[in-house]
Amino acid sequence: MRLLRGIVTKLAGIVLAILVIATINFTLVHSAPGDPASVMAGQSGATDEKFLEELRAEYGLDKPFMVQLGTYLKKVVTLDLGYSYRQRRPVNELILDRLGPTLLLTLSAFFLSLIGGVVFGTLAGLRHGKWSDLAISLVALLLYATPVFWLGLMLVLIFSIQLEWLPAFGYVDMRASSFGRLEYAWDVLRHLFLPAITLGAIYMAVYTRLMRASLIEVAAEDHVKTARAKGLGEGAILRGHMLRNAALPVVTFAGLQVGALVGGAVVVETVFSWPGLGRLTFDAVTARDYPVLLGIFLVMSVLVIVANILTDLLQRLIDPRIAVR
Amino acid sequence: MNRREFSKLLLATGTTGVAAQTGLFGDMVAYAQNGEGGLTAIIQPEPPLLVVALNQQIPVGIIGGKLYESLLSYDFDLSPQPQLAKSWTVSEDGLTYTFELVDNAKWHDGTPFTAADVVFSCDVMLKEVHPRARANFDRCESITAEGDHTVVFKLKEPFAPFLLAFETSSAPIMPKHLYEGTDYRNNPANDTPVGTGPFKLAEWVRGSHIRLEANADYYHEGEPGLTEIFYRVVPDGASRSVAMETGEAQLSQFSDIETFDVQRLADMPHLDLTTKGYEFFSPVLWYEPNLRREPFNDVRFRKAMRLLLDPNFIVERIMFGLAQPATGPIASTTKFYDANVTTYEQDVEKANALLDEMGLAKDADGKRITIHHLVVPFGEMWTRLAEYFRQAMSAGGIEVVLDSTDPGGFAETVSNWDYDTTCNMLYQFGDPALGVARSYISSNIRKGVMFTNTQGYENAEVDTLFAEAAVQTSEEARQERYSKAQQILCDELPVLWMTEQKFATLYDNRIADLIVTATGVNANFAKAHYVK
Repeated sequence: MRLLRGIVTKLAGIVLAILVIATINFTLVHSAPGDPASVMAGQSGATDEKFLEELRAEYGLDKPFMVQLGTYLKKVVTLDLGYSYRQRRPVNELILDRLGPTLLLTLSAFFLSLIGGVVFGTLAGLRHGKWSDLAISLVALLLYATPVFWLGLMLVLIFSIQLEWLPAFGYVDMRASSFGRLEYAWDVLRHLFLPAITLGAIYMAVYTRLMRASLIEVAAEDHVKTARAKGLGEGAILRGHMLRNAALPVVTFAGLQVGALVGGAVVVETVFSWPGLGRLTFDAVTARDYPVLLGIFLVMSVLVIVANILTDLLQRLIDPRIAVR
Repeated sequence: MNRREFSKLLLATGTTGVAAQTGLFGDMVAYAQNGEGGLTAIIQPEPPLLVVALNQQIPVGIIGGKLYESLLSYDFDLSPQPQLAKSWTVSEDGLTYTFELVDNAKWHDGTPFTAADVVFSCDVMLKEVHPRARANFDRCESITAEGDHTVVFKLKEPFAPFLLAFETSSAPIMPKHLYEGTDYRNNPANDTPVGTGPFKLAEWVRGSHIRLEANADYYHEGEPGLTEIFYRVVPDGASRSVAMETGEAQLSQFSDIETFDVQRLADMPHLDLTTKGYEFFSPVLWYEPNLRREPFNDVRFRKAMRLLLDPNFIVERIMFGLAQPATGPIASTTKFYDANVTTYEQDVEKANALLDEMGLAKDADGKRITIHHLVVPFGEMWTRLAEYFRQAMSAGGIEVVLDSTDPGGFAETVSNWDYDTTCNMLYQFGDPALGVARSYISSNIRKGVMFTNTQGYENAEVDTLFAEAAVQTSEEARQERYSKAQQILCDELPVLWMTEQKFATLYDNRIADLIVTATGVNANFAKAHYVK
């Protein structure tokens, strides 16, 4: 019963949070000078009053702010994110189109960085003070200090231009519609390689350092000493007594980073012409495409909330002492 | 190191050519991905739709120009050439324009193209949705079809550049059978453009690419010469250079490639560079003071600003040669340019003397006055222009504060006259009456509307000269008035003209006859074909 009430309270909190987020977003987006009509007029090279009036009437921009906000919130509640007049398609459709590539990219980067971080962090932590620890720590530090776009362009320079192994940009080959399923998957994978590494690298570095530090800390704890004293092998100690404890802060941190990962995708998607949400965001910001922008903000907040819930569950799985509240 | 510097570094490191190597992952990378006889081009930004009648942004015009056509195309010297009209006559009094249309053209859906489509487009639809076409066709008393293949435009009074109104992005002919009586902007047909052009829309993967395929029923035998065109969306400048370098893209246009990188790519063995094909647009770039405000309403201040600036610096250091100094409001690449005007050489001393004369004394730090400059938010080049402006003004003790904005804010701020100085660049559309007069005549001071006389210049004589020149039918009479207008404007400096902008078109040199008209990459590419 308590569990159920907990879940209901949590859900109510989430819905409230989303509505508040939607209101803040809407207000923020509309408070900047200029609107989609002025952007379109500004890019078309010639214009007149009639053109602007028609656009504004079509976008509903001629109505009072509160009326616009009310209409918007009402639609959000019914899961209708509105219509992009610029792209001339429903926002739901636009976002769904781009969600796949973005999830593929961010999840790949997420798991790549998490797994890489845990593995390298463990290696470094176990060899604490030795040269291999030093090497891993140094590389991690370098990666951590490298700007995302710089790394991306460097990888392109090496793997696409010099070695010609991987495509420099894009999601799939433009011929992909005629590909078989396996060929298609392989093609996407080839395209995914560089952007996923670029996006994941900095987090891999963070997790490596985090894992290393927490492993060293755990290694000094009494229960590990006890395990060692009772004659357990190093492998068994690592698996049974150290990894779970050490991984907890990494998982917590990774959960918090999901939002940042989606944000970082904007740059990576631009450098690699990846047709994801990040680029849709960028285009929507410059074009003042309000419905699209608000839709993306909303979807991203939901993604972050979902990620946080998943992190909570994962933590519980790793450490059963953490209760669902 | 910021991103821009990095791109330079990346590009300067010099990379391998296009020789395809068989690598670990196969040998497909180095080739453009189009099939035999196809072309892969860059498009940036991705257009929101392809219906030129409804949207006149550059990318829409580039792709839409392959799908839709108008009655005429234009040679590099802007003389009209046949397109959907095979011939035309203009009456002695300059009031009646009669076009004979091609009789074997079909819409992409198979419906025959007729004079009724032209009348519907020019008299009904475009007047409703297209600002520039509205201005041109509102001059008509009547637009009528005579039979299926003749259209007659009768003007209320002569309008000399009327023949220039029939360029594709100025007056795209739309299919009457799909649009008549509909809500044009929300017509479902907008998703599947149906034109008369040599290419048809085959596939649009949003965020990735747009594929056009050859129109087998095109009305000229043997055209188009290309089998398909891929327009690939590449949002990052450095990536666009890489694409051109590796051959993944074979055509870039307008400002796709950063100016500092154009020459390096042009030197590559597989690429050619041309700056032709922009004559119809011939943009002139200027610094724009808001004449409603002090001290910009004083011509001495504007002259001082002009004397502090050096267009040659902009040409060499910002445009890397892709421009030439402008002497006045009319571009030398269009009609009625006159070089016989007051010119200004950079002269810091003279500028300071003018400012002293105005009574703007220097303070202890050598500063006379602080002004604001609204930075144009359309990329690297504009930022540098703003930085140069600040630097140049400081030599006269004018401190410039740079204000940043985004595209929406820019259009809003400038069109509502809420700025000190900014920068702008306007197309000339082939004739001063179409693209120049609008920036200087007082009847075009319209608050809230971009690309008008935003600086607020008023001179009754200039108004009269532009008005008269537009309706004269003899070239000499027009030249006389435009020359006079240019002289007055150059004396009064309503804006500070800097450069005539050139654009670089880089293309795979195995393709011939790609850029054949004054609208270059916006034209229909019907004649383009491979020679090697």
